[in-house]
Amino acid sequence: MTPPVQEQATVEGGALASAKIAGGVLPGWATYAVVIAGAALAAAVLLATGAFTVALMLLFAVPVAAVGLYCWSRAVEGPRRAKDRVLTLLIASAFALAMLPLISLLYEVAKRGIPGLSLEFFTSDARGVINGGGAAHAIVGTLVITGVAALISVPIGIMAAIYLTEYGTGKLRRALTFFVDVMTGIPSIVAGLFAYALFEIFFGPGIRLGVMGSAALAVLMIPIVIRSAEEVLKIVPNHLREAAYALGTPKWKTITKVVLPTAFAGLVTGVMLATARIIGETAPLLVTTGVIDSLNSDPFNGRMQNLAVYAYNEYRSPGVMKQASYDRAWAAALTLIAIVMILNVVARLIYRRYKTEIR
Amino acid sequence: MASVDTTTNAGQLLAAASGGRRRRGDRIFSNAATAAGVTILALLAGVAVFLVVEGLPAVTASASELPGGKSLVDYVAPLAFGTVLAAAFAALVAVPLAVAVALFITHIAPPRIALTLGYLVDLLAAIPSIVYGLWGIFVLGPATVPVMKWLEENLGFIPFFKGPASTTGRAMFVAGLVLAVMILPIVSAVAREVFSQTPRKLQEGAQALGATRWEMIRMTVLPFGKSSIISGAMLGLGRALGETMAVTIILSVSGVVTFNLISQSNPSTIAANIALDFPESSGLAINTLIATGLVLFAITLVTNMAARAVIARQNTAE
Repeated sequence: MTPPVQEQATVEGGALASAKIAGGVLPGWATYAVVIAGAALAAAVLLATGAFTVALMLLFAVPVAAVGLYCWSRAVEGPRRAKDRVLTLLIASAFALAMLPLISLLYEVAKRGIPGLSLEFFTSDARGVINGGGAAHAIVGTLVITGVAALISVPIGIMAAIYLTEYGTGKLRRALTFFVDVMTGIPSIVAGLFAYALFEIFFGPGIRLGVMGSAALAVLMIPIVIRSAEEVLKIVPNHLREAAYALGTPKWKTITKVVLPTAFAGLVTGVMLATARIIGETAPLLVTTGVIDSLNSDPFNGRMQNLAVYAYNEYRSPGVMKQASYDRAWAAALTLIAIVMILNVVARLIYRRYKTEIR
Repeated sequence: MASVDTTTNAGQLLAAASGGRRRRGDRIFSNAATAAGVTILALLAGVAVFLVVEGLPAVTASASELPGGKSLVDYVAPLAFGTVLAAAFAALVAVPLAVAVALFITHIAPPRIALTLGYLVDLLAAIPSIVYGLWGIFVLGPATVPVMKWLEENLGFIPFFKGPASTTGRAMFVAGLVLAVMILPIVSAVAREVFSQTPRKLQEGAQALGATRWEMIRMTVLPFGKSSIISGAMLGLGRALGETMAVTIILSVSGVVTFNLISQSNPSTIAANIALDFPESSGLAINTLIATGLVLFAITLVTNMAARAVIARQNTAE
């Protein structure tokens, strides 16, 4: 995952040398100047035709700048350097373009989600309330369902990772590696249908339980846990294991007392990131946990609401006061994103703070 | 790899040499680990088996008993078409962008900030799909309406943009764009991984011969990463095929089969159809939906297995 340490000096040195051979070289600010000029030109043309929007300006600025930069660079530095500059500009623009949805999404969720947040949203459920109420039942449901899913996934996932790194050999190991990868690609709705089919056979049709949602989420979470756990167990250096064996420690004690503690921070981080990945799943819960307006914190008894399905339902059937419903949907989305972000940040902080220095 | 094997053997020898008490602890632990591994395989098989068991009644039922009075094949076909259309469009948009993003992070951005940029792209993968759906219908959809109108007026002769353009943004075009954003981090993660592993000798050799950075990328990085880009694209395609909520929220479905991306009436997708109908269904309708889920499972399974096989072959070739 670590990007290579590019030797910038070498790159620029080489570029400089080739430019000198070819003749002139553009000043360091050339690209920025051309982009700004391109944006200004696009803005001027758009203003003149009366169709000015920021989005259109940015859209036209890049091609205009690319053409301008190519011509200028070609005149001074020759065609090869010109091509290099233009493609660098285009790749950088593509990155900026890919970041636009992220920025827009976070901004819009914050803007539209905040009006719906209130004390009521976090403290009361929606039982018997028409057009209103809070989302406490959904928040509790999300935490319980995800918690149970983690309780199922973590032991199985980590034991399987231990198998893969410490014990596995031959065909079974190869099959497991391959199918864990394949499992990461199971569509979430299929995981939901699986949980439904499994419980229907034992409890009859129409069954809806919180734990069914947990089972569906576990199918999605287990491969993620295995992947990340395997990754950190692999980097535990062998000499630690060998030192333990040399002291006469049995293998299982070597794993539980040496390997797992060494990898502990990485394991915790991996589990938290996996939890963050599944906590916002909607589709599998839509078909397994059902819809309910009141608080239920018992995953083995009756329907359970959760934030993602709550947001979906508030959007889907908004009732009479549409905007209030949409506000609640966005507030639920904001709450979900906040939980995901907190899990991500805390996971990375834990890793940075507690990781074992491996030499 | 060899060193792991020797330590394993050494551990086993040691365990064998010392008393049975230790051997028992080892045996229990090793069996538990193996059992967990086997459980995973059983789980994957279980997914297939339970879907088959619950989907079978719909396969054997006669056409008149099924929802809509159509045979199962007639029921699934338009849905499968919509699924593949949406996913293919998403992959077409996402893959070039994802490759550019990966190139930018690994070879163009200053190394100091590259890690942070990678983290930002990964953040796209962490956002729940329901949020993408809401963003698509409330923000991207309305913003795309003028674009679709322009496409209809100027490129209307291409079947994809025949129109009439949607005025609400609830079109395949928007759903595909949202799916593209969702799969971008997956494709780009695979590409990033392999781009950063391009042998330094090749890169430096190219530059020593006077290649510009782009020439170096084109002659060393891209050929080295070619098969990974393909497999990354297939992984992304697999994700787009099974993505549910964004499509469910954005598309206004009418069950037609059309390549028209920008109109108000769209084919549904398998996943979206399940999400829309399942909560209100009962009896044979449930079995039918599960049977369609089985079809989706099969399609994604084949796509993913092909992608993983390509990656595995490349890893052994190195």
